[in-house]
Amino acid sequence: MSDNNNSGWGSRVGLILAMAGNAVGLGNFLRFPVQAVQNGGGAFIIPYLICFLIMGIPLLWIEWASGRYGGNLGNHSTPFIFDSMNKRKIWKYIGVFGIFTNIGVAAYYCYIESWTLSYVYHSVAQTFNGLSDVETSKFFENYTTVGSSSTGIPYESVVFYIVCLLLNTWILSKGLGGVEKVAKIGVPLLLIFGALLAVKSLTLGTSGATPANPDANAWDGINFLWTPQFSSLLDMKVWLAAAGQIFFTLSLGMGTIHCYASYIKKRDDIALNSLSAGFTNEFVEVVLGSLIVVPIAAGYLGLDWVINNAGFGMAFQTMPYLFQNWGQALATFAGVCWFGLLFFAGITSSLAMGTPWMGFMNDEFGWNRKKGAWSFGLIVLIMGLPTVFFFNEGVFDQYDYWAGTVSLVVFALCEIILFAWIFGMTKGWDEINKGSDIKLPKIYKPIIKYVTPVILIIVFIGALITPKDNDWNAAFKNGWELDDGSIVSKLTNRDIKVNKDYFSDHKEFDQNDGIVSTITKVDSTKTINLEIMDTLKFYRNKFGQVKQAKNEKILRSLGKDYMFFDSVSVSKTYTFKNTDKIVVQVGDVLHLGDKIAEGKFTNNSFYVVLGRVLLLALFVFISILVWKAGKNKLKHP
Amino acid sequence: MNTSALITLLITHGLVTFFMVYFFRKVLKAPKHAEPDSFSENDDEPPVLITGEEEI
Repeated sequence: MSDNNNSGWGSRVGLILAMAGNAVGLGNFLRFPVQAVQNGGGAFIIPYLICFLIMGIPLLWIEWASGRYGGNLGNHSTPFIFDSMNKRKIWKYIGVFGIFTNIGVAAYYCYIESWTLSYVYHSVAQTFNGLSDVETSKFFENYTTVGSSSTGIPYESVVFYIVCLLLNTWILSKGLGGVEKVAKIGVPLLLIFGALLAVKSLTLGTSGATPANPDANAWDGINFLWTPQFSSLLDMKVWLAAAGQIFFTLSLGMGTIHCYASYIKKRDDIALNSLSAGFTNEFVEVVLGSLIVVPIAAGYLGLDWVINNAGFGMAFQTMPYLFQNWGQALATFAGVCWFGLLFFAGITSSLAMGTPWMGFMNDEFGWNRKKGAWSFGLIVLIMGLPTVFFFNEGVFDQYDYWAGTVSLVVFALCEIILFAWIFGMTKGWDEINKGSDIKLPKIYKPIIKYVTPVILIIVFIGALITPKDNDWNAAFKNGWELDDGSIVSKLTNRDIKVNKDYFSDHKEFDQNDGIVSTITKVDSTKTINLEIMDTLKFYRNKFGQVKQAKNEKILRSLGKDYMFFDSVSVSKTYTFKNTDKIVVQVGDVLHLGDKIAEGKFTNNSFYVVLGRVLLLALFVFISILVWKAGKNKLKHP
Repeated sequence: MNTSALITLLITHGLVTFFMVYFFRKVLKAPKHAEPDSFSENDDEPPVLITGEEEI
């Protein structure tokens, strides 16, 4: 194992920017506003800030302190950082999460990052110029359908993914110096791009209103996000969403902070550095993140559109269309700013994901940084290609759920137990304060020992047995029915209700109810479209416009004079090959599980298992490496 | 924009911005720790790589 006397950070500002860059990711601009909208706007911000203070900051200190402690004993990845804190074998295998999560997340995260890179190109090439809202949205769907191409490059999405991965790998091969340089350029650029878009959004007002969207007003979006609703403090769902967002935004429970901090010497500060990096991330999320997507979308499409359509797709399916309202030159500039800032937010995070693997392989097997970086790139490529090829089949979602969500909570819960209860709070508090340039409030000592672990346990149980529709009040009153998104439902495949066989000779109807409305043969694509109608909720606004109410509860909370009503409308369109046989007719009433077509089908249940098997194989592979490294340590202590 | 939203926005944005600037300023103004510290850019001499070693 090599001594890392020569490795480390160039400057303190570089370290903070790299840590902030690690935390600032796509979620700051995409996940935060969506979470805020879906949890009632201003209802979200108070629980969010409280969770930052009593869960985010304590976990930041723990991860920085654990990392520095392990690093000074020659360990730069969580398996042996944890091992240095307690010699029970279980801890180094729990530490495997700190490498596993990074590779699992990098595999699909680099794919999203590659979209931003591609969209920068398309913004410059003015691909979106003249496209309608539907066409812009369709562009994204085509892009993620492997095989289609908008540039003439075959397998365009795969090519951009590989380019993005190569770029990450090349920078990683330059070591921490390379990561630091990217952070020093990327974070300030990201702040400038974000500030430019935020200023534009703040000056938009009602200028984007059109006859199609007469009530569009950017201030409605800001109003909705910031009107406090104190009743939300009693809603478990909002608290869990707020705690979850703090996790993702600060990159907690991943092992990247440990790795970065492991290159800090024991007399150097971590308390102030972590607060500085943490608040930089919060600035990007709370100030810039809240002032871009939601206000701009509300400024052109109306607040009710935002409430109905808030989601990850807004960044790629809606924003390029909205920028077209600013004229060709400004649209190009705005596209470069928006996708450029997302790219820098993404790459500073994905680079961090490579360092735990590199640190581990260097410490335990003597691999140099080039070998470490290129092996990381290769593993991510192997793990990532299924998410690219089977994006629409759900492999991406499996990675996001198990590696990018559940693993973080499990890992953070374990690390706080190790730090506060096994390593010991007295020793732990001394470790946090060692070399500190700031005096920390002692109230955080009991918070770290008692409050944060309790919150993490609640978050974990909340994810484990999430009640139906995330409605905790109803579950406590009327009995517990598990939501399809709960860990228990996922583990037991309760969320897969039909088309359970991996391969089948027929397709089953996967909605509760519906009526076959049309069956259309499309000769150009050699497909058959089957349209299903169902009773859906709609509303009529004061301008007489009728729109679908996808999020009725929040729309009602706006207190506007919307008139809600039910109406039958197309709820889903199935597309089959023209060699498949449709076994239903127009007018047939369908129920969940009814047979609708015959042919040869590979169901999504197969891709669900594929995703899980790949992740499990990765975890086992890293565990074997840790076991082998442990043996080596015994032979050559 | 309603008053309560404006107050919440201004307080939250103000607090987050204040603390970010406050902590970053404190970092910049903090006295340098005695060498060897964790940062190579303030070293008197450039680091010397020992043969066969590479920094991460």
